Amino acid sequence: MIELVRELAGTYGPSGREDEIRGVIRKKISGKVDELYTDTLGNLIAVKKGNGKRIMLAAHMDEIGVVATYIEENGFIRFSNIGGVSPVFSLGQRVRFANGVCGCVCYEEKLKEPKDLNFSKMFIDIGTNSRERTMEYVSPGDIAVFEAGTIEQNGRYISKALDDRIGCAVLIELIGQLNEVKNEIAFVFTVQEEVGLRGAGTAAYAIKPDLAVAVDVTNTGDTPGCNPLSIELGKGAAVMIKDGRTISHPLVKNKLIDLAKRFDIQYQLEVIEKGGNDAGSIHTTAGGIPSGGVSIPCRYMHSPCEMVDAGDVNNVVKLLKAFIQSED
Amino acid sequence: MRTDTLLEQLCKINAIAGFEASASNEIKEIFGRYCDKVWVDTFYNVIGYKKGSSKNGKKIMITAHYDQIGLIVTGYEKNGFLRVSNLGGVDTKALLAREVTVHGEKDVFGVIGAKPPHLLSGDEMKKNVKLTDLFIDTGLPDEELIETVAVGDPVSINSQFVRMVNGCAAGRNLDNRCGVAACVLALEKLKNIEHENDVYVIATVQEEAGLIGAISSSYNIEPDIAVVIDVCHGDMPEADKASTFTLGKGVPVGVGPAFNKNVTQQLLKLADQEGIPTQLCVEAGDPGTEAWAIQVSGMGIAVVEVCIPLRYMHTGAELVNLEDVDTAAALVSKFAAGRTVRLSKEDADDTDTD
Amino acid sequence: MIRTLIELTKIDGVSGDEEQVRKYIEERVEKYGLEHMTDTIGNLIVRAGENSGNLKVMLAAHMDEVGLIINHITDNGKLKFAAVGGFDTRILTGQHVRIGDSKIPGVIGYKSIHLQEKKERESAVKQKDLYIDIGAKDREDAEKYIKLGDFAAFSSEPVFFGKNRLKAKALDDRAGCAVLLELVKEKWPFELYACFTVQEEVGLRGATVAAKRVAPDIAVVIEGTTCADVPEVSGHEISTEIGKGPALTFIDRTAIADSILLRHFESTAKKESIPFQWKQTVSGGNDAGKIQVSGSGVRVIAVSVPCRYIHSPVSVLDIYDLENTKELVKKALLTLPLVFDGRQKND
Repeated sequence: MIELVRELAGTYGPSGREDEIRGVIRKKISGKVDELYTDTLGNLIAVKKGNGKRIMLAAHMDEIGVVATYIEENGFIRFSNIGGVSPVFSLGQRVRFANGVCGCVCYEEKLKEPKDLNFSKMFIDIGTNSRERTMEYVSPGDIAVFEAGTIEQNGRYISKALDDRIGCAVLIELIGQLNEVKNEIAFVFTVQEEVGLRGAGTAAYAIKPDLAVAVDVTNTGDTPGCNPLSIELGKGAAVMIKDGRTISHPLVKNKLIDLAKRFDIQYQLEVIEKGGNDAGSIHTTAGGIPSGGVSIPCRYMHSPCEMVDAGDVNNVVKLLKAFIQSED
Repeated sequence: MRTDTLLEQLCKINAIAGFEASASNEIKEIFGRYCDKVWVDTFYNVIGYKKGSSKNGKKIMITAHYDQIGLIVTGYEKNGFLRVSNLGGVDTKALLAREVTVHGEKDVFGVIGAKPPHLLSGDEMKKNVKLTDLFIDTGLPDEELIETVAVGDPVSINSQFVRMVNGCAAGRNLDNRCGVAACVLALEKLKNIEHENDVYVIATVQEEAGLIGAISSSYNIEPDIAVVIDVCHGDMPEADKASTFTLGKGVPVGVGPAFNKNVTQQLLKLADQEGIPTQLCVEAGDPGTEAWAIQVSGMGIAVVEVCIPLRYMHTGAELVNLEDVDTAAALVSKFAAGRTVRLSKEDADDTDTD
Repeated sequence: MIRTLIELTKIDGVSGDEEQVRKYIEERVEKYGLEHMTDTIGNLIVRAGENSGNLKVMLAAHMDEVGLIINHITDNGKLKFAAVGGFDTRILTGQHVRIGDSKIPGVIGYKSIHLQEKKERESAVKQKDLYIDIGAKDREDAEKYIKLGDFAAFSSEPVFFGKNRLKAKALDDRAGCAVLLELVKEKWPFELYACFTVQEEVGLRGATVAAKRVAPDIAVVIEGTTCADVPEVSGHEISTEIGKGPALTFIDRTAIADSILLRHFESTAKKESIPFQWKQTVSGGNDAGKIQVSGSGVRVIAVSVPCRYIHSPVSVLDIYDLENTKELVKKALLTLPLVFDGRQKND
């Protein structure tokens, strides 16, 4: 699993420009599913045909990033955010553009108050001296992703982009484990989740599943001085009760909890005030699609050192497998 | 059926946003008394259908959301306390010193207390309390609490339905059981008059959590015209006059970009003809009601909105004038039944010979 | 096209009240002999081009402008209002407006500076403290002329000034409408739907339903966009520059443009020597946002005419930017079939 996670997390794929990560995922699952295609916005849809219900699982391929907006005369690059990027977390980080050029994120030194830190006072330095030189590598509109390695330590994965490459890894693992399926399963690797859950709804519109489950990371409440939240690393797959966009449909939620109890899969319950995942746009699609979520608890989301527990990841795979194979 | 009795029954029902499943049956039973067909959909919207007498009638959909705001359990604290978050737009100002019911394996009584004034600093007393500062005190031993209540269980806020002077009533859930009551009363009236149009009356879910029920039911029903019945702000001395409406002075009807101009004009004209007083509720954009979602459902639906003025919205002390519920029901039933409903000029030339 | 634009800006059409603008456009479209329909929310959808079966393209420009709606009449005959669409409400003090179908003139006055205290002089006026005065002596008098729900538009006449500059209200997005009215006259080798949308300014409302009806493969939104190219704004905070040509948006708050469309429009501009620029700030949103996520997804791009002082009565554009916007969209669309060969599922 760590190798898969490392490869996925390290592949370039910011919101709206997911071609490369889609290619990598495609290679991993091609031949193991009955149908495999890309839709208009770039969602990758893999179907294992079966009778019974049509179930959609969604994990998003896109990661947060930064977009070059303006090249200064002396070669520095001004930028804006793609998705929820924190100015504080991005300071001092390395970023990488699609063509491999790297830069570092810096700020205008004269800035005194940390609370005044925002993107218009920051810039990326790729080591050039002039606009012309920079433009040989980077143009306005080019998007960079954050750069950080992936390691496994103490049974935990530490990496950038576990949001939501770990979800993608879970789906890939599931596809690998399944031979016969009882229901028809659409594994959807969605696009543009980080900028507003944009891909999932359009995929769901075409697929029209009976049930949908979003597979994404979720925050924990187990670090020093954090906001109270009952989810902890290592305490199991998080079954979503509600987040900022969706109140999970009882059909999905109760079924997941039932199965977790029946098969003795370690689980915990997720109640979040803000933030949403792909279920948010899926459940209001067409005439309403009963949706829920199974989440991988993750510390330090949207930072270069997101952390998940390998045991939790396994439990997520187990729970989802039980769900998609369930015949009632 | 008497409006106050009906409303009292409706307000007792617990249908917290996202957790309407158990309440849907009771609503279905009430609707069923007046409809040709009634059913509950996947999301627990309750849909009542009355067939129209004409082949040329329009498909009219009337919606009123039956979900209520509430709280949801997020965790435990030692000594029988529960932490909570909100379901819908809960005002923490109205939560201090309230009684609640936690709906776990069984209903558990709880109290939202507050830090005693002796221990509060001057500054603390000036600020509004945050939801993360509140706890529900259940008085149960921890082991029993964990057995009975789970993270994710919904919590309703207790409050009595009280009849007041001047035909007013106060309590909780008047947002939007008033709307549902108006739907029931309208259905009751429609049972006794011939109506050309096919009428769908829907008690929708999760309005407080993102207009979810409205989005799914309008997609499924695909009406020609939709009438939304919801509460609007009643007159309160400290509030902006442009956004509040006097109780008992007429039905506020929505005007603005969210509402179909043509159909709204017809509604107002009908009210005038029938001697039903109206007020104009002007909305510059998003009115904060189901109309906003329904208007852009599918290829677009003509929406009108009829409101019931309500004071102190989203507190346990919501107050209405029951006469406003009756007037809204009268207007909606006449509109749904009438031949006066036209979508376009061409439509008018076809069916109207005036 | 400039004459059309001027006539369009003279018409009042605040979000939710676009009837007169639609009428003007409809009359012209009929003259060109084109099929059209108006949907429930008020979008005017015009069909042009031929049904080649391979490609369906949607063009969108919105007919509505920002303005005000009357929501209360005070006892002494003053009109309280709410803003329709987003704009800086500080511009309202001292403005002239016209209200309703009869275009009743009104002014948004404020207490004279002579009578203001120091603190008052230094702070911004709160919108809810403002009101429109039409000269009425009390509520009854005011009700003879206007009613609740009437819309008020800025009174601003089009003026040519400086070098190639036009000042008018509502350049966002009558500029787009003017461009669209030119483009529908062309011969297109594919199905083209020109959608004159409503209520963009209050939430991209018209486009949301038009996109579902048309269900295009590709959509090009023609907009007016902000400049911010004035003194004291540093280089990277400028969004677009007036006179530098149509602006292509790679990303804004509501949509990320399709990369193939971006490359195509960029190379078309270079090949045809049409000046163009990139919108430099990730700000604002337009109809593309809702079109992109409709149905099973649509490839979108927005091409905008730079407008200084957008969303104010004195918005300004460069007439060559307008002309070049039309040219760029026209040339890029004509060569579109070479880039996209239809509606099949990719791989």
